[in-house]
Amino acid sequence: MANPAIELRNITKVFGSIVANKDVSLTVYKGEILSLLGENGSGKTTLMNMISGIYFPDAGQIFIDGQEVVIRSPKDAFDHKIGMIHQHFKLVDRFTAAENIVLGLKEKGKFNIKDVEKKVAEISARYGFEIDPSKKIYEMSVSEKQTVEIIKVLYRGANILILDEPTAVLTPQETEKLFAVIRNMREDGKAIIIITHKLHEVLAVSDKVAVLRKGEYIGTVETKDATESILTEMMVGKKISLNIERSEPKDAVDRLCVEHIDCVSRDGVRILKDISFTARAGEILGIAGIAGSGQRELLESIAGLQKLHSGSIIYHNPKTGAQENLRDKTPTQIRELGVRLSFVPEDRLGMGLVGNMDIIDNMMLRSYRKGKTMFLERKKPRTLAEKIIKDLEVVTPGATTPVRRLSGGNVQKVLVGREISSSPTVLMAAYPVRGLDINSSYLIYNLLNEQKENGAAVIFVGEDLDVLIELCDRILVLSSGCVTGIVDGRTADKNEIGLLMTKAEGGAAE
Amino acid sequence: MNKPEKAAREPLFHIAKRNGIAWWKAWIIRGVAIIASLIVCALIIVLLTKQNPLEVYGAMIKGSFGSQRKFWALLQNLAMLLCISLAVTPAFKMKFWNLGAEGQVLFGGLCSMVLMFEIGDRLPNAVLILAMLIASILGGVLWALIPAVFKAKWNTNESLFTLMMNYVAIQLVSFAIMVWVPSGSSVMGVVNASTKAGWLPDLFGKKYLINILIVAILTVVMFVYLRFSKHGYELAVVGESENTARYIGINVKKVIIRTMILSGAVCGLAGFLLVSGTNHTISKDLAGGNGFTAIMVSWLAKFNPLLMVITSFLIVFLQRGAGEIATNFNLNTSIADILTGIIIFFIIGCEFFINYQIKSTKSGKEGK
Repeated sequence: MANPAIELRNITKVFGSIVANKDVSLTVYKGEILSLLGENGSGKTTLMNMISGIYFPDAGQIFIDGQEVVIRSPKDAFDHKIGMIHQHFKLVDRFTAAENIVLGLKEKGKFNIKDVEKKVAEISARYGFEIDPSKKIYEMSVSEKQTVEIIKVLYRGANILILDEPTAVLTPQETEKLFAVIRNMREDGKAIIIITHKLHEVLAVSDKVAVLRKGEYIGTVETKDATESILTEMMVGKKISLNIERSEPKDAVDRLCVEHIDCVSRDGVRILKDISFTARAGEILGIAGIAGSGQRELLESIAGLQKLHSGSIIYHNPKTGAQENLRDKTPTQIRELGVRLSFVPEDRLGMGLVGNMDIIDNMMLRSYRKGKTMFLERKKPRTLAEKIIKDLEVVTPGATTPVRRLSGGNVQKVLVGREISSSPTVLMAAYPVRGLDINSSYLIYNLLNEQKENGAAVIFVGEDLDVLIELCDRILVLSSGCVTGIVDGRTADKNEIGLLMTKAEGGAAE
Repeated sequence: MNKPEKAAREPLFHIAKRNGIAWWKAWIIRGVAIIASLIVCALIIVLLTKQNPLEVYGAMIKGSFGSQRKFWALLQNLAMLLCISLAVTPAFKMKFWNLGAEGQVLFGGLCSMVLMFEIGDRLPNAVLILAMLIASILGGVLWALIPAVFKAKWNTNESLFTLMMNYVAIQLVSFAIMVWVPSGSSVMGVVNASTKAGWLPDLFGKKYLINILIVAILTVVMFVYLRFSKHGYELAVVGESENTARYIGINVKKVIIRTMILSGAVCGLAGFLLVSGTNHTISKDLAGGNGFTAIMVSWLAKFNPLLMVITSFLIVFLQRGAGEIATNFNLNTSIADILTGIIIFFIIGCEFFINYQIKSTKSGKEGK
């Protein structure tokens, strides 16, 4: 058999104590499309970055056309005819497509943009792109920009193309077009690797599927032999028992009713599509979904940080029985309505806390407005800080240490500690255990459970399905901004949730 | 066919961010930096001028402490630089890059001068001074508010905007001088020299003492405002992370505008003190570059008003010493500027070693 276009042998990459890739081996032949499948954080992008020269492997070998190569920089990768199309485009807005395509190339002789445009037109015709080479990038749609990125690597003569989540930003029609182009490239003998987590696309376009899970290489299957359930199982793995205590919800009354909310991003993309659900007091509602399916926008909408296009968010006040619509209210207005809403955001140091301030001043974020004088009152925040340090066993030199110096787990304890100190009626937590060790994670789970028993409506956005199933009473599944299902945490099955997470648009069901 | 395999080349050392440093270690680093800068300066002095560096350093000290008059001048310069530094500090702490202190001081000063020149003889002195004070503060506020509003409403770039406002202020002052000085000279003489209308009085027979006292009080007030007031806390949060500010419900636009009003007001006050208390005249160079030097003072002191007393002293001391050696040794003033530049370079450069450490790569792999 012919030499593979690219072969990876036992690639390992370690960041600090985190193993991003462990002993990964992959082979792609010419005229073949390989899908690289895996959950968030499974090491797909890290692996591809090592091929394209952004990272350097700690161990392992890379072979191109049967020869071992050393790729130390993106330029080395270009020399080996490897081209990567990143998820976030790297284009100069003010330049035209043709100018961006030749940017950084060192060609001998006189530079003539007309020749470039001719060559671009040639490439477009060969693979079926539709592009105007003299159009400026800022006038382009997302899919046109992607086309420019792809032509850019083809122009440089790439034989191995890597596409990182190419369909994440495309509409279904654009995706179809892209797939047609990719198939044309396959016919032309290119080797193509697509990073993705959408199962139906994997099945639609690729010849082979390689699966990574938590940095480890699980295996490669021929697409014709694969089904969604086989792939899901490879991707999420076997069930691990965690033994989180889960009590039955007591008097689960409706606390927060989200009704038909729609949210449109600045670029005009619909991020949340007709989302409805109810969070009940004394219950943990889990939110599952691939990262970027609208989790952040959903929580921020409830917290008053995101403008909504339509819909309403009704809060049932347990004390007065009043119903308040929180839509389009600022966080301050929400607080003034007497809504005790706590929010542990995903970005702990960039949003939930101020990294350069000490623990006391971070406690004050929620409470500094209290008191009628114009001066701050630091006594109570200090007491609170000391209490949290003691109760949650925060490892810190003292209450006056800037929080950025604490380790990830301790940062999270400070944040969660502050948010639950106000005895919330609604507690939202986004990825509260990300990057935490097992002990800290369990501490956080227990705190969430405690809040649930105190009658708070807890909304927990998680990425680990095992945890969601063990911890939550109900699990809402998001897929590209739609609710694709709400399942009972006690009876839910991981594969079922996995399928809902990757369910295509339009299949929304409640 | 078989290319020789290149071993991965690793650099001999790499730079890592420090995870905090004991305060005394930081001061040792700073001390070493100052000594190193003096050694480098001594080399330059010997090489370029053949003077004895110790004598030159002695002269620098004399420039500040040589006589009572020099010492008062030092205090006056220090007060003005400190005043403008205090003005830019809240803005910088909020990460609003106010490069327009120069213009805010100048426009504030101009407002004072208009009153002093036009109606100086028609009002009782106390009333006039009060009116000038208010006019200057309002002038400074106006000059700061314009870029602040544009930043808050349309997110314009405040560095460029405030910088441009400087030029507008300079041209306005040139215009005013043209109108006021009939001879066509671009230099305005001392105003109201005989009546002393609009002049801040001497206190205990000391010139500038009022300036110095006002700035001393202001330093303490600003320290308290930044450290202990809710406003100070809000602007610090906005500066550290606008996302956090939004998350806890701070109105970011309001804080930007409010803080710039404060910053402009203090700049206006500095303009008033310069016109009414120090110069009794106005020129394009009223702020004398202090609007920019103040940024350095503020950063070096890590936005702590009390530490700014030290950093502004350091800068003024260097400036005055530089002037002194230029005249004493018949040197070109440029050599003085070179020395000042070297010392400040070392002082700022050493912050790198306070924030980062250099680690040698311990891996056994040898490059090639």
